[in-house]
Amino acid sequence: MRPRKAKKIVFKSAEEMPLMICSVGHQTHNLTGAWRNIRPEIDLERCIKCGICWKFCPEPSIDVVDEWPVIDYDYCKGCGICAEECPTKCIAMVEERK
Amino acid sequence: MSPEAKKEKKFALTLPAEELMACGHLACQGCGATLAMRYMLKALGQKTVLCIPACCWAVIDGPYPYSSLDVPIYHCAFETAASTATGVKAGLEATGDTETTVVAWAGDGGTFDIGIQALSGAAERNDDIIYVCYDNEAYMNTGIQRSSATPYGAWTTTTPVKHFKNRPKKDIVAILAAHRIPYIATASVSHPEDFVKKMKKAKDIRGTRFFHVYAPCPTGWKSRPEDTIKLARMAVQNGYFPLYEIEDGEKTTVNLKLKERKPVEDFLRLQGRFRHLKPAEVAAVQAEVDARWERLMRSCAG
Amino acid sequence: MRKVIMGNHALSYGAMLARSQVISAYPITPQTQVVELLSEMCADGTLDAQFIKVESEHSAMASCIGASVAGARAFTATSAQGLALMHEMLHWAAGGRHPIVMGNINRAMAPGWSIWTDQNDSLSQRDTGWMQFYCSSNQEVVDTVIQAFKVAETLMIPAMVILDAFALSHTYEVVDVPDQALVDRYLPPFKPSIKLTPADPRAFGGLTGAEHYMELRYKLQKDMEKAPALIEETGREFGKVFGRELGLVDPYLCGDAEFVFVTSGTAGFTARVAVDELRAAGVKAGNLRIKVFRPFPFDRVREVLGKVKKAAVVDRNCSYGAGGIFYQEVKSAVYGRPGMPPLIGYVAGLGGRDITTAQFKEVAADAMAKAKAEEEIVWIGVKK
Repeated sequence: MRPRKAKKIVFKSAEEMPLMICSVGHQTHNLTGAWRNIRPEIDLERCIKCGICWKFCPEPSIDVVDEWPVIDYDYCKGCGICAEECPTKCIAMVEERK
Repeated sequence: MSPEAKKEKKFALTLPAEELMACGHLACQGCGATLAMRYMLKALGQKTVLCIPACCWAVIDGPYPYSSLDVPIYHCAFETAASTATGVKAGLEATGDTETTVVAWAGDGGTFDIGIQALSGAAERNDDIIYVCYDNEAYMNTGIQRSSATPYGAWTTTTPVKHFKNRPKKDIVAILAAHRIPYIATASVSHPEDFVKKMKKAKDIRGTRFFHVYAPCPTGWKSRPEDTIKLARMAVQNGYFPLYEIEDGEKTTVNLKLKERKPVEDFLRLQGRFRHLKPAEVAAVQAEVDARWERLMRSCAG
Repeated sequence: MRKVIMGNHALSYGAMLARSQVISAYPITPQTQVVELLSEMCADGTLDAQFIKVESEHSAMASCIGASVAGARAFTATSAQGLALMHEMLHWAAGGRHPIVMGNINRAMAPGWSIWTDQNDSLSQRDTGWMQFYCSSNQEVVDTVIQAFKVAETLMIPAMVILDAFALSHTYEVVDVPDQALVDRYLPPFKPSIKLTPADPRAFGGLTGAEHYMELRYKLQKDMEKAPALIEETGREFGKVFGRELGLVDPYLCGDAEFVFVTSGTAGFTARVAVDELRAAGVKAGNLRIKVFRPFPFDRVREVLGKVKKAAVVDRNCSYGAGGIFYQEVKSAVYGRPGMPPLIGYVAGLGGRDITTAQFKEVAADAMAKAKAEEEIVWIGVKK
């Protein structure tokens, strides 16, 4: 289950910060998709649902939706592991257009 | 397969579906250490506490006041992964939590070098912790300086090409085995099913358990980010980083038997850090890998 | 129950009565009896605690920090080189707001190797954010450990209970060991509102940018500023329960004094013999023993010094290049305040050398002869 995009935390005063130095928010506020220069695109026609792209995603930004792999471009950094490891070569890394 | 049949087909999950590591973290593209964390948490589940010293993961998790993980983390001092974990375990036990798995999660610098005293102390006492070293073979978080886990031949910013590292990597597994702890395993991000299986096994053992996890670093190795899994797999298949476990410091089992080992040269050539190596030096790496492999085979034979 | 015990065992009894849950320690002379007795207490069940026999002081403090953040009451003890080895972790404990209590036996720093008392070990840790209590009797040691836990856990700031090597650590005195039921009434169990647990997964102490770091340290200082009043309040409460009040300072015959010795640790009791003899000779002398060094009891020190004509600060330590460390602090307490007396600083008794009554009288004569401090350090008893 893809975590929801968390809120950015803004402390207005020292008082609002917990006494101990500890996290109060989730790093999912940080949309790392902006780092990407090339993006993976899955050709589902050739996808055999082997799960390898999901397994090796270091973000992990490949979700399983209705038994299909779906890339979350808000977070995918474009490392290309999924395309490299895909046994049917159904994932292509294409130039990112911004 | 007909489109209908394909539509019905389940997406194959060879690992537990639960994700305790989420997106948004600060790892470089193609980071092996991040995969290692993802797999470990899949194996251990949410009732886990991590002690993370200075290492890439001190940054990857995200800055204050955020975290990428759904398990608690104590960011501890560089040399204290093991000793902090020992204290956390004692603190949890003393306050009635006997279930939570306590993990020290450190890089190679924090394990092989600055943290080895605390690690040896915890192992000798057989403290009830899992210590995981994710090994990217240099101080990557500070910008690629050599550690005692850096292999022979490698370039780093403190072992320039003209003076590349000319000493072999420290054999950390042998050091831990000499402590006669109940369980030691090597693992690689290229073989997550093997990693998860061994981590689950370790979870049910009491005492000090040690994992040495091979975690390629595209930034530090000067490799392509997409080659992370390929490099880790090659290291397993050519015997550079064999997958095995040692029980009670005695019983060694190779988890992935190799009928024939591929030459290390292809593996070296995919990494910029080895680009300068001359044929004789590549042969020296091969000879060292061969000798290590032979030693491993002998220890399996008992 | 009244017992004849050594200072080190007073620390052990304090830790036991406070119901420490995790003890992690490494032996060092002259601290060893502290942990020996605690190991026995853990082994025979007198104390229900986890005892981690670590391989260094650095690991001792690291595991106390781990135990504390997991919600357990943690105790350790060390001395000199061991304390110095812990230095990084002392910052960690205070910065992370882990209310650990530690006994430290004041021992001179090597080289040359010395096992004898002086205060440079603990005073070198001045700026780590720990509270520091300097004791002068075994009774005060056992009492202060119990009070220190209460103050530390209220403010979430760690505390060091300090005693002189041998002069107190190995000296046997009659101690009224408090009754466990009374201690339980005085010191409730440690229940931190936030702790390291899978039930509330948080990352503690992560990478903190300039946007947040300063506020976190501001909070530490603000809470440290609450400590003097809390120490006095819990000290009075201690008095109600146990019949012995604990304060920030301990003045002796200061009410009508014209001249006072400012001291800390056991040297104060020698000073009091000198005070009595000086008074017998017609000098209105007194002694201000500073018990709590961090937070520094500025108000209490000014209250006493504002009434005297001159004060001699006798330090069993030296900040090389500046002088006695208590002297520097007392000077800062009186700076710019009207009606404060001239202060003269003395360094004596380093590396376990005795500070004698005769030397205190020498200090008094020297100080009374000077209108103001002529130099930063007057060395007492040194062969120049």
